[in-house]
Amino acid sequence: MADRHLEPDTPELRARWGKFAFSKAWEAKAKAAIARYPAGRQRSAVMALLDYAQRQVGEETQTQGWLPIPVMEYVAAYLDMPIIRVVEVASFYTMYNLVPVGRFHVQVCGTTPCMLRGSDDILAACKKRGMAKGHTSDDGLWTLTEVECMGNCASAPMVQINDDNFEDLTADRLDAVLDALAAGKSPKAGTQEPGRHTVEPSGGPTTLKQMVKANHDYRGDW
Amino acid sequence: MSLADKDRIFTNLYGYQPWNLKAAQARGDWDNTKAILAKGRDAIVEEIKASGLRGRGGAGFPTGLKWSFMPKEPNPNRPSFLVINADESEPGSCKDREIIRHDPHKLIEGALVAGFAMGARAAYIYIRGEYIREAETLFAAVQEAYDAGLIGKNAAKSGYDFDVFVHRGAGAYICGEETAMIESIEGKKGQPRLKPPFPAGAGLYGCPTTVNNVESIAVAPTIMRRGASWFSSFGRDNNKGTKLFQISGHVEKPCVVEESMSIPFSELIEKHCGGIRGGWDNLLAVIPGGSSVPLVPAAQIKDAPMDFDGLREVGSGLGTAAVIVMDKSTDIVRAISRLSYFYKHESCGQCTPCREGTGWMWRVMERLRTGDADVEEIDMLWNVTKQVEGHTICALGDAAAWPIQGLIRHFRPELEKRIAENVREAAE
Repeated sequence: MADRHLEPDTPELRARWGKFAFSKAWEAKAKAAIARYPAGRQRSAVMALLDYAQRQVGEETQTQGWLPIPVMEYVAAYLDMPIIRVVEVASFYTMYNLVPVGRFHVQVCGTTPCMLRGSDDILAACKKRGMAKGHTSDDGLWTLTEVECMGNCASAPMVQINDDNFEDLTADRLDAVLDALAAGKSPKAGTQEPGRHTVEPSGGPTTLKQMVKANHDYRGDW
Repeated sequence: MSLADKDRIFTNLYGYQPWNLKAAQARGDWDNTKAILAKGRDAIVEEIKASGLRGRGGAGFPTGLKWSFMPKEPNPNRPSFLVINADESEPGSCKDREIIRHDPHKLIEGALVAGFAMGARAAYIYIRGEYIREAETLFAAVQEAYDAGLIGKNAAKSGYDFDVFVHRGAGAYICGEETAMIESIEGKKGQPRLKPPFPAGAGLYGCPTTVNNVESIAVAPTIMRRGASWFSSFGRDNNKGTKLFQISGHVEKPCVVEESMSIPFSELIEKHCGGIRGGWDNLLAVIPGGSSVPLVPAAQIKDAPMDFDGLREVGSGLGTAAVIVMDKSTDIVRAISRLSYFYKHESCGQCTPCREGTGWMWRVMERLRTGDADVEEIDMLWNVTKQVEGHTICALGDAAAWPIQGLIRHFRPELEKRIAENVREAAE
């Protein structure tokens, strides 16, 4: 099991987050999420609502957000469920941040398929820039986490930074991505391998070559 | 003989073309789906059975047979559900992501066909939380299908009402286990349920439920269009069809590719991956089906047919067809130890053998990695894997045990060598 802990519930935390409520935009999304489940099964939406709450906290703090206890209480009341059931969910799933994180959450995959393709170098490159696993840099910019397999194994090694994946990395390519982010730019997500489109063999596909240029309909060949 | 492009199901696998409804329809998706449903529930189930399709999520259970377990006459107070497992988290697996982000309409149409065949009123697609952009695409594709009347009331003008909902996970490998997934959709932590009752009897919200992998569902419409005999013309007996293979690790060109089942390992690698890094003599071992299956040494894998039976014969399994290739530069003990860490991290904590065992196994694996262990610990570790295996509610305990057993079975001399060298260094 993953080692995680909750941020202590303090008067300062209450003062900052005790009045948390969904903004109009997130409230609309929350209502849409609840509508996806049968009547009376609104608790099914707890995962979606925790995600939205974390994202709103992120917007309010210029970070990737996290889940203070008062925010979890808000979600519990919203869905008419006991707070402990919400805490159970928030602490079980690793994408819910239980402590504050930085503006960029750099999640380096270190599982075997990425390890075989050089994730050690990727972690080292992060450390060289002053990041440390499980910590947020002093300037509040970077939080580094080593994560488990992210499902990008055919374009490994990879990192997920906020909502985007950066694949086929080398230390230099990662540095270029991080430099761009730090400068306020939006580097191209996906594979960083020159000439590669997605997960076809590098250098060009060995199959379905007609699809490269046009939306080919293969039914004519059936 | 290699699979021809015209026989590939996922023609937009690499996303060179748009995923949207218009482009998907131009490729043949949603083409008179009404006519498929008009064949009737039983006919669809029989066709899928006859095609020989076996579940693509790892276990390989016959898909048509699974569908046939659902109630024939749904009780209006207990509607049936289809849950589609898009919680792709098995290390090495990266195929469902490509389906979802590049060919989502194959999945949504498949949801309707499969859902109709089993009498379900709705499908929930459970997509892993880390697939953030992929989920955005999937939500948008589902909305397109609703807007076009393909799902929802009178879906595709079939007279059948069928909803498709997307449920995002939030980072827990265990939710790929079908009953943990159901718990998670209900808004709980994803801890597997005891079986029985099986989901087909009492699943989501206590209602009859079938859980299928993304690939199993997404191939269904094409099988219905081209016929069971077309699909079963690929692969050996009991191992039919086409399959998405995902090759990672030490090949020249890692990739995802759709091939015929039973393609020999060497052909798969030579044809699509540019060969083994450093040549075939440099191949050490292969994990052929995702992290949960035991590794296979180079000599045994080279000519093995890549299918359920062929890989079982070499002491492993097809799993999700996630092929992790390791050349001779690999620290094989570390490669497996890293998987032990994965299982320790992902154990849900419900069953003691797994909760305690995964951590214990990882710590001993680390001792073996550095050689800082006694030779007896190899057998002790073997025995502990046997204590974990088969003694937990779900298969995560087994999955944590098997890679270690594979390592000990095939690389015991390497483990002993490290211990001997460590002892010698200590003496010097």
